[in-house]
Amino acid sequence: MALHLRSSPSLKSTFLNILRQNLGFGSRSHVTRHIRQNLPHDPPLRGSQNPIRRFCNTMAEPETLSSFGQHEDARNHQVMDFPGGKVAFTPEIRFISESDSERVPCYRVLDDNGQLITNSQFVQVSEEVAVKIYSDMVTLQIMDNIFYEAQRQGRLSFYATAIGEEAINIASAAALTPQDVIFPQYREPGVLLWRGFTLQEFANQCFGNKSDYGKGRQMPVHYGSNKLNYFTVSATIATQLPNAVGAAYSLKMDRKDACAVTYFGDGGTSEGDFHAALNFAAVMEAPVIFICRNNGWAISTPTSDQFRSDGVVVKGRAYGIRSIRVDGNDALAMYSAVHTARGMAISEQRPILIEALTYRVGHHSTSDDSTRYRSADEIEWWNKARNPLSRFRTWIESNGWWSDEAESDLRSRIKKEMLEALRVAEKTEKPNLKNMFSDVYDVPPSNLMEQELLVRQTIDSHPQDYPTDVPL
Amino acid sequence: MSAILLQGAGAGAATALSPFNSIDPSKLVVPSRSSLSVRSKRYVVAGSDSKSFGSSLIVRRSEPLIPNAVSAKADTAASSTSSKPGHELLLFEALQEGLEEEMDRDPHVCVMGEDVGHYGGSYKVTKGLADKFGDLRVLDTPICENAFTGMGIGAAMTGLRPVIEGMNMGFLLLAFNQISNNCGMLHYTSGGQFTIPVVIRGPGGVGRQLGAEHSQRLESYFQSIPGIQMVACSTPYNAKGLMKAAIRSENPVILFEHVLLYNLKETIPDEEYICNLEEAEMVRPGEHITILTYSRMRYHVMQAAKTLVNKGYDPEVIDIRSLKPFDLYTIGNSVKKTHRVLIVEECMRTGGIGASLTAAINENFHDYLDAPVMCLSSQDVPTPYAGTLEEWTVVQPAQIVTAVEQLCQ
Repeated sequence: MALHLRSSPSLKSTFLNILRQNLGFGSRSHVTRHIRQNLPHDPPLRGSQNPIRRFCNTMAEPETLSSFGQHEDARNHQVMDFPGGKVAFTPEIRFISESDSERVPCYRVLDDNGQLITNSQFVQVSEEVAVKIYSDMVTLQIMDNIFYEAQRQGRLSFYATAIGEEAINIASAAALTPQDVIFPQYREPGVLLWRGFTLQEFANQCFGNKSDYGKGRQMPVHYGSNKLNYFTVSATIATQLPNAVGAAYSLKMDRKDACAVTYFGDGGTSEGDFHAALNFAAVMEAPVIFICRNNGWAISTPTSDQFRSDGVVVKGRAYGIRSIRVDGNDALAMYSAVHTARGMAISEQRPILIEALTYRVGHHSTSDDSTRYRSADEIEWWNKARNPLSRFRTWIESNGWWSDEAESDLRSRIKKEMLEALRVAEKTEKPNLKNMFSDVYDVPPSNLMEQELLVRQTIDSHPQDYPTDVPL
Repeated sequence: MSAILLQGAGAGAATALSPFNSIDPSKLVVPSRSSLSVRSKRYVVAGSDSKSFGSSLIVRRSEPLIPNAVSAKADTAASSTSSKPGHELLLFEALQEGLEEEMDRDPHVCVMGEDVGHYGGSYKVTKGLADKFGDLRVLDTPICENAFTGMGIGAAMTGLRPVIEGMNMGFLLLAFNQISNNCGMLHYTSGGQFTIPVVIRGPGGVGRQLGAEHSQRLESYFQSIPGIQMVACSTPYNAKGLMKAAIRSENPVILFEHVLLYNLKETIPDEEYICNLEEAEMVRPGEHITILTYSRMRYHVMQAAKTLVNKGYDPEVIDIRSLKPFDLYTIGNSVKKTHRVLIVEECMRTGGIGASLTAAINENFHDYLDAPVMCLSSQDVPTPYAGTLEEWTVVQPAQIVTAVEQLCQ
């Protein structure tokens, strides 16, 4: 681009020249003379990686000017100083392999049967927290099932379940504090549930009634709550990632003891926003945790058609981000990983990438029938053998914190509460028509006021063509 | 949200936003005729009749602002109504002054974009700000417009007031997803829980041989997005005033600057002032024809106006300034007076600001027109690099003179 000519392209060609000469016969003076001619007027780099300096006025450091050079180190090997550190030379033509022979191992603490693995490292949870984690996982499961059924019965227009991903939802939320700001995709209602959003509030949003905080404007599962620091779900994929980096930047400026946390699926990692957000977070040294729910499917696209890298965890290194792969169906491992990540993100002011391996047991949404593109056996296997609820239940029962009786009490109570919430939400009045035009701006401008009047006039003259349940 | 701002603006402001059931629907067909009588005058603006609507941040009665940019004299460019001499500066310096004043006033205001930090911005609008406020508050970002716009939106939702700079407006095409889906919508879809007080600004328009990709007029593409406001500055006075107003607005505002106007010189007041975001500027009152324009074309129009005056015509020139929403009050009053309208814009023929404005005028002021609304715009071609061809894609004063003569026959 014309406007970038002053910086990178001429520098890039300069470096290529240096490399060519260095592989051959370049002498130091020849190389540095070459560089000096081509440097842009302003030094292109600002040297320090030290995060503290970013709060003060800084000037470009003069040392960077002399860093374009080569010299010989103590062992007489030729080494080049290059932005980012010293680069050793090699006379072998060796490509970095596209993948490691072994995949990145997955951190887990509870085995398939819910038994604690010996010598496992994890963050201890109290009985209270563990029981709340399990109860909320059960609540989420029941809520999802009941809402799904309600949609099938025609009571709800749409729904998307998080079945199979309860551990990611609840255990990650449990490891955070209420001040951490959440930027969800749309399969993370469990985080809201953990923070205290009631079943009634969920139902209100799904039915779009006048008690919905979103004032009936969005489709079901697009929850948002500013008081619980959970940002309104925006249907666009991965757009929340740069938003999260911006929020982390804001927290960093205010020096808050909090981080931004954002969730996305395996499919979302193909979007440009994923790559840009990770890059930005690393450069800004922003305290943000990127949690990828790698559940194997993006609607009907399996991960083998989504990317060819070893999952998502290896992408972190490309951007200079510390990453970990976790068993997403192991609530204890999820809790430990997120807890540790949060500590690092805030104290070291850095982003962290967590890839949680899991499986999308439900369909993508109520508009999808996943048996058309995957086998029912596969779904069944993950639902039974790798079920996050049963694994965690085994563990809490082994600690004497749970029992069959507690289970049946909880399930019957939640089911009753859910059905009641559904009933109340269905009966509650819809928001007033004026909400179609309010909040587009802070104050409705004249054109919108005029448009609203036109709608009302039309309704007045054709009342039979308009729904009767929208209060005017 | 709006209630809080209204309290700050003074009690009188509340009546301007009376609920619609107090407006008689039978009277409300043409907004210029009746609806505005419902709004109270929230302040007296020296030398102007224009009313403000929509925004609630116009005047803080505790501060001595001069919120006016309407010229009282026929041949001077819109200037201040202050009695002090003021200081002279270039347009990009006026933008910088406005930005700096707002950053001093409110610690939440921050800037992000490519090369805005120590480099000072590619047009030097942010020059010196990184030294003064630090390089976290004036943030250099990697090259990804969608990402830093998204970042600005996320930061705004958490309480900051970012000013996002697109190095060239054309690059913001890459940010369209964030601007349309998140910036414009999240206040609405969240039920008012989250506000996005961002300012997105940058230079656009046809420059001097910058090539097709760097000569875009993004106002055409953005004008449909619900939830955003768009303004275009054209003089150092309104550049500073609009920058300040945009930063203070709770709505996302896109401020369009023009690549060729950055070195315009003008004397602006020393006292603090802002310009109303929804108001058009009367550049030259007249009787025969209304010429509506904005940004760089204002200067082509004024040049044509000199020729027209010599030929005996009396054009009324209005710089519409507010591209979304249009100031139909000022425009309407002018149409009612002159009965002829010529729109001069730099957008392309199809789907530009002129196209929307033509439709709005025809719909609302049809009875007052003695001739069809005429619109002069650029052709529907990518801007050529060759200087001579580039000159002819942009509307020239000679064409404006011819058009006026035709309309006034």
